[in-house]
Amino acid sequence: MTTTRFQELIARNGAAHALRRRITNIVMLTVTGLLTLLALVPLFWIVGYVIYRGGRVINLDFFTQLSRPLGVAGGGVLFSIEGTVVITILACLFAIPPGVLAAFYAARHPNTPLGVALRFGTDVLAGVPSIVLGLFVYVLLVVPTKHYSAWAGGLALAVLMLPTIIRTTEEMLKLVPHSLREGALGLGTPEWKTSLSVIFPAALNGIITGFLLAIARSVGETAPLLFTALGNEQYDIGLIVRSGIQTHQSLLAIIGRIINQPVDSLPLTLWKYAQQPYPERIDQSWGVALVLMIFVLLIEIIARLWVESRKRALQG
Amino acid sequence: MKNISVPQGNHWLARLQRSTHHGDIPWSALIILASLLVLALVIGIGWMLWQQSSGARLKFGWSFVLPTSNSTWDPDSDVFQAWAFIYGTLVTSLFAIILAVPISVGIAIFLAELCPESFRLPLNWMIELLAAIPSVVYGLWGIFIFLPKVVVPIGESLSAVLGHVPVLNSLFTGPIPLSGSSRLAASMILTIMIIPTITAITRDVLLAIPNTQREAAMGMGSTRWEMIWQVLLPYSLSGILGAIILGLGRALGETMAVTMVIGNSLEATNSLLKPGSTMASLLANQFKEAVSQLHTEAMIEIGLALFVITLILNIIARFLVWQVARRTPQEARA
Repeated sequence: MTTTRFQELIARNGAAHALRRRITNIVMLTVTGLLTLLALVPLFWIVGYVIYRGGRVINLDFFTQLSRPLGVAGGGVLFSIEGTVVITILACLFAIPPGVLAAFYAARHPNTPLGVALRFGTDVLAGVPSIVLGLFVYVLLVVPTKHYSAWAGGLALAVLMLPTIIRTTEEMLKLVPHSLREGALGLGTPEWKTSLSVIFPAALNGIITGFLLAIARSVGETAPLLFTALGNEQYDIGLIVRSGIQTHQSLLAIIGRIINQPVDSLPLTLWKYAQQPYPERIDQSWGVALVLMIFVLLIEIIARLWVESRKRALQG
Repeated sequence: MKNISVPQGNHWLARLQRSTHHGDIPWSALIILASLLVLALVIGIGWMLWQQSSGARLKFGWSFVLPTSNSTWDPDSDVFQAWAFIYGTLVTSLFAIILAVPISVGIAIFLAELCPESFRLPLNWMIELLAAIPSVVYGLWGIFIFLPKVVVPIGESLSAVLGHVPVLNSLFTGPIPLSGSSRLAASMILTIMIIPTITAITRDVLLAIPNTQREAAMGMGSTRWEMIWQVLLPYSLSGILGAIILGLGRALGETMAVTMVIGNSLEATNSLLKPGSTMASLLANQFKEAVSQLHTEAMIEIGLALFVITLILNIIARFLVWQVARRTPQEARA
């Protein structure tokens, strides 16, 4: 069989075309892989460098001592750890009960007007910049009470946590097999008892991981605390409790004194220290960064592992 | 067997149980109330900011937010115009988006289409961990490592190459400060911070595309890349757009990392390579030290503007993502 000149040209062109397509394919697919690697560079760079710098600062004093005046060696960030704990506990108290209840509504009635509005409101709330939440709580609480306080900070973080709590709780409630609900209702159990004593315990593991994730996110937040919790390097819960016991104050009064004054939190301390021109403060801010990062990343990884195994168990 | 007493007839407990449907009415009232609380929060944020900024809104009107060539922010003589900060926010966020979108879409394609199954979960997590690192830690790392090591060299070459191109030179007038604090630095930190957001949504949108689309494209003899570029990406375009808008929303409101690296200058320049301020960084820096009532109100109005912008962006983005989800029937996903 003889091939014409024309057919030969077509074949050659086709080969070139196919080659170009193949090369484009390989090049572009490689590029996507390289981009993925590129995005991981900052992650490892940040984590590695923070461990390297922060690791040299951290010792027992760092966790157990209050801050010392500049020039005096040593000192720690106990005040800031205490503040973080107080603010986080308050935020959980404010955010978890309404969050879980709203999630029950969202999971049970997703298609009613209120359900749709709730989902939309949750999405909007999740998108509000955290500094705007700080402004909101400032206007809502700090202006009327005329002072900064731990519980104003707690409320700001609670608003920040709320969308995460609602979403994860709703998701976990929906994962509970329908037969459980039907079984309970079929036995004549009222709706509320079905929700609280059958569905809620079945989803509890996942819901708690949701709380953990929300806490991890809020612990690292600074912006909502700038004008609500303000910061307070003299904060010392031990002193408050001791003096309260000595003067025979009631438990409520002591708690009131703990939450009714400005407090620091780890990210706030980091921010303030990083702006100071003193090398020892900068070193301490790297230490704070390390504590903060390890805490957040550990919670995040543990919670994700837990959610993953839970999902597999529930979906079979 | 234990004797269980069940209230019956006209016992008060029985009447209470009947009248509340065995407790179901208080229960649904409770969960409805909690849902309403969430909605009240959203409305309350807008309302409080609107109310508390009334003085500034009445005094300056629209000129507060409109573009001007020389916007003034003078707490001493109580004259406030926010354009410099709005410009700072817009230019840093848009530049961050320009950098982040190709990277994120590339990563999403890799994760959704190419990645071997055993790497997929760890890679997904690592990308998402980028979003979990607290923004102050980004800021600290930015000041001491990222700015001198990465931003300054890039800024210098940008000003050398683009500083003399006619149209672009106002954006790239050098030299970049020695410390690296500049709008460019803020944009690049923002890029890293929004990559996880855009990647996660784009990946989910890609994964939601029915497999029949892929099979049809491959069956026509296209290569894998042609399938991705000519079939999957056009199919998921509106979802990717939604992801970009959500990323933009995140970039606009990001405060701490930006405040730490942008230099916080009120100087009137347009250059990316110069220090500037964003709306959020202004609030972080000045709000506590406000010198007058009007100063506070002007800053609350900036907060209100941020709230409104992110609200609108969120609505658009949710709508776009929701449209993709609706177009793809549940059973077609596999």
